[in-house]
Amino acid sequence: MTTFIARRILFALVLLAAVSLFTYLLFALLPTDPAALTCGKNCKPELIAANRVRLGYDKPIYEQYWQFIKGIFAGRTYGSGDIAFTCPAPSLGYSFNQHECVSTLIGKTFPVTAFLSLGAFVLWMLLGVGTGTFAALHRGKWQDRLTSVVTSIGVSLPTFYVGLLVLFSVVIWLQWLPFPHYASPTENFHDFLAAMILPWITLAVLSAASYTRLTRNGVLEAMNEDFVRFGVAKGLKNRTVIRRYVLRAALIPIVTIAGLDFAALLGGAIVTESVFSLPGMGRLAIRSVTDSDLPVLVGTTLVAAVFIVMANTIVDIVYGVLDPRVRVK
Amino acid sequence: MEKIPLLSVENLNVEFSTPDGVVHAVNNVSFAVESGKTLGIVGESGSGKSVTASSILKLNSGVTAKTQGAILFNGRDVLGADDKAIRSIRGSEIAMIFQDPLSALNPYYTIGNQIVEAYRVHHRDVKKGAARKIALEMLHRVGIPNPEARIDEYPHQFSGGMRQRIVIATALINSPKLLIADEPTTALDVTVQAQILDLMKDIQKENSMAIILITHDLGVVAETCDDVAVMYGGRIVEKATVNELFLTPTHPYSFGLLGAVRSLDNSARGELQTIAGSPPSLLHLPSGCSFLPRCGYAQQNLAQCSSVVPELGKVSPTESFSACHLRTEALISLKMKEIA
Repeated sequence: MTTFIARRILFALVLLAAVSLFTYLLFALLPTDPAALTCGKNCKPELIAANRVRLGYDKPIYEQYWQFIKGIFAGRTYGSGDIAFTCPAPSLGYSFNQHECVSTLIGKTFPVTAFLSLGAFVLWMLLGVGTGTFAALHRGKWQDRLTSVVTSIGVSLPTFYVGLLVLFSVVIWLQWLPFPHYASPTENFHDFLAAMILPWITLAVLSAASYTRLTRNGVLEAMNEDFVRFGVAKGLKNRTVIRRYVLRAALIPIVTIAGLDFAALLGGAIVTESVFSLPGMGRLAIRSVTDSDLPVLVGTTLVAAVFIVMANTIVDIVYGVLDPRVRVK
Repeated sequence: MEKIPLLSVENLNVEFSTPDGVVHAVNNVSFAVESGKTLGIVGESGSGKSVTASSILKLNSGVTAKTQGAILFNGRDVLGADDKAIRSIRGSEIAMIFQDPLSALNPYYTIGNQIVEAYRVHHRDVKKGAARKIALEMLHRVGIPNPEARIDEYPHQFSGGMRQRIVIATALINSPKLLIADEPTTALDVTVQAQILDLMKDIQKENSMAIILITHDLGVVAETCDDVAVMYGGRIVEKATVNELFLTPTHPYSFGLLGAVRSLDNSARGELQTIAGSPPSLLHLPSGCSFLPRCGYAQQNLAQCSSVVPELGKVSPTESFSACHLRTEALISLKMKEIA
């Protein structure tokens, strides 16, 4: 098991290196001059040239990449003398648009996205697995049919639509909540909840619907397993059979998908963050695209990729823990 | 005086509602099993034998299944029992093992965990450590080599035969009075089959347990059973002792089944006989005898055979019961002609 985990982690590191290279190269190949983007339209050519040297864009591409990687581990200093400034490790570059180190920008926005993702994740897993199990246990009855209708609606609603619908009905029409204005949970927990509850619901609706279906099918499939019948034939209580036999079997594939879905959210819930004006990583990424803020774009893409790779590795390891048949001796 | 049977099933009917209509899986099935005896239930796939067996433990899915009739176990009404009562019978007095040992064990828990669980569900006051000792003894009894080392392994680490032994150990951990074995050896190699059957017989002798053996393998029946019920189209068409069934079968379907077995007698003729046609759909059972479309003896009696469902009746001079309109003497003379 230890060698298995070690191998998975090693593989993940190699993958991350490859991802960073490709991300960097991809954005370096864009037909825009990053140095020209560092100041406004009426910029003097001398200033552009100076910025090019300061940010290292005059160097060949492989050296730029090397500086970038070095910066992640050792921090990076731009320019020299009086005008020198440093982005400490892990440095992902410097955004001239926002006059901040990229890592600082991500550091500011990531907690918002993390809280958003975590809350939505918990909500949709509880809802999805709970409703899915409930529907499976009432297979063919009205409870099951109702669930299937509701989930069909749920999976077919796009996030921006649900978001606007929720925003309109709860905030504007019913006026139960003020317009969401993000506050850090340590500063003002009440405001934090008030700002987060609608985005959580919005994000959870779609996933909860598909997880309900996944769970329902998984549970029904598991209930046909011989070992479940054998469990019943042993004289076990229904509750025990469902918990130890049915759900255990049904949830393993769901855990796998859930890990990846959660990781994808951590990279930024672009639509939801935009609808509810949450200052998260999704909005940061969108803004960097519209502003052609290349360093931020590279940084957010890379961070999102790191989450996906990490989640993949964790899911692989967890899968081995959950299913003894996958464990490598 | 006639012995009171351990289990008696009377006029059992099981129906399943499906989107295509009502499936009559079991129709008016009656049989009894005595302690220490083995009853074989034989039939093709879809003849209702597994559903009959599942009914004894009320394992048929409750939403779509409708069960009527009476099942008495040790004088207790099984079909009328509530959840709690049936749970106290399941696994403790009546145990059941299934066809595929590969899928009968929960892949996510160690075998020890599963045997201990089966024991403690009926012995709540016994501590885990003590139950583990009992499980070890049982694993030893069913022939798992070095059980101390293997009790904490997972099902997938065992071979098919070993897994069926583990399944048997799990099923028999509470010394049930009746074991229902649904095709216990079908998924196993022939040599392993014999070992598993021997093991079941040995344990049966030790505690005079009754066995209901469901199979489509007449060789297995000949080796292990005392009595046999042959099922066709959800009905019992012949009920006899093993000797009678093999020596003097009384139902045309039984003729066919026996003809399809390779033995020293008929292998000389080179080809195995088959029964032409296929079993009836339980969704649309024919109005008369359900075997009629495949029966080679019905021409003389077509009117009755095609309109009246034959009842299971005693066939003299044998002790067998057969559900056929044709008298046995007539059948036998027809069969003799055929062989000659």
